[in-house]
Amino acid sequence: MCLAIPGKVLEIYDEDGLKMGRIDYAGTVNKACLAYVPEIEPGQYTIVHAGFAISIIDEEEAQKTYEVWEELVQAAAEEGTDIFGMPLEKDSDTPKGGGKP
Amino acid sequence: MKYLDEYRNPDIARRMLEEIRNVTTKPWVIMEICGGQTHSIIKNGIDRLLPKEIELVHGPGCPVCVTPLEQIDKALEIAGRKDVIFTSFGDMLRVPGSDKDLFMVKSQGGDVRVVYSPLDAVKIAQDNPDKQVVFFAVGFETTAPNNAMSVWQAHQQGVKNFSILVSHVLVPPAMEALLSSSQNRVQGYLAAGHVCTIMGWEEYEPIAERFKVPIVVTGFEPLDILEGILMTVKQLEAGRAEVENQYTRVVRREGNRPAQDLVAKVFQVSNRKWRGIGEIPASGFSLRPKFALHDAEQVFNVGDLKVDEPSECISGIVLQGLKKPYECPAFGKQCTPENPLGATMVSTEGACSAYYAYSRHDLPVDG
Ligand code: SF4
Repeated sequence: MCLAIPGKVLEIYDEDGLKMGRIDYAGTVNKACLAYVPEIEPGQYTIVHAGFAISIIDEEEAQKTYEVWEELVQAAAEEGTDIFGMPLEKDSDTPKGGGKP
Repeated sequence: MKYLDEYRNPDIARRMLEEIRNVTTKPWVIMEICGGQTHSIIKNGIDRLLPKEIELVHGPGCPVCVTPLEQIDKALEIAGRKDVIFTSFGDMLRVPGSDKDLFMVKSQGGDVRVVYSPLDAVKIAQDNPDKQVVFFAVGFETTAPNNAMSVWQAHQQGVKNFSILVSHVLVPPAMEALLSSSQNRVQGYLAAGHVCTIMGWEEYEPIAERFKVPIVVTGFEPLDILEGILMTVKQLEAGRAEVENQYTRVVRREGNRPAQDLVAKVFQVSNRKWRGIGEIPASGFSLRPKFALHDAEQVFNVGDLKVDEPSECISGIVLQGLKKPYECPAFGKQCTPENPLGATMVSTEGACSAYYAYSRHDLPVDG
């Protein structure tokens, strides 16, 4: 029920006095009410729950998280094995999607 | 998809599991509150990848599951009326009431419609001035601002034929009720990330302090959940009991103020019954008297309906993390998603349904 998914604001408009936006969820575009994120701008990412944007994604915080996680994996790569004692593959120290967002 | 795929990376997941193994020296019981997290944990097999010292128990965080039978029966009663268009999120349609569900009302000719946003229901009311349009306003703090906005819009635009049947519940009172129970086993909480997106985490600080439990605000993707568990275990091992935030890209300490403001304008805190658990004081919302015109219980005069719950379903015990779904004698036998006896089998976020969908019919390997 509390499911909320990330999407990118394409366009902002007004409907019945409410701030609304067209949101792109990986290719599927749908509208959402933006009244609870009044400062949002096109191009920003938001989390949408049941037709309402409830938070603007903080890109800086997201980036910080990836960096910490990448360090974790780097440290393991230096040790040379994963938790199952298997040697790590060469390309696993640049995780998919873990790079620049 | 940006902001999703990065949080499903198996290499990082493996490293995080290793970290969890490294820091764990004692057995710990951690509850994830939110049904969305339960679903993600079971789907990704996270509970089985954790060291055997760590037991995850599933909390009451599925609004569909905890909506009391009498609210379902009120919905059924209203939806069956001739001049009514009854609107709801899709997952409420199959929740069993005393003798039927909303799908049956629909198949018997009731005008029951699934909407994606409560604002769609207001639109339906504007388009159908000769009908009463009712929205089934179920949910936690995450959904309350949306439902509040529908009432506020109807009020502002003079849409008099729109009302909501309120069954709103709040998470912190339930957390406290669980911790206060003599049967409590929970030693740490993963707090529900989207509830905190709205409410922030200030109200969790006194709970962490009073009950000496770490509370970690956690997101929904596999890496979010693993990191939330890691942060909780680190606190438990160090004897700390603080509120921490794992879901930093989305949740801020003060939450979403504009959303909180509208919720406070439209709703007031009230006692609520939780299905399978019973009444918890100050654990939900009702509409403020000013909005009586938009309160379906008053419009349709169903406020007095009271019903008792049947006894064969143990979902109340499951929702408190005291038993696992496979310990229910009806699980997978008389009770399946096609023929659910309890709401925890209906919603995909209910523990029973998650265990059924991912074939958790037996005791896990590690016992
Ligand atoms: S398996 Fe069915 S009957 Fe048993 S607790 Fe779950 S919902 Fe209730």
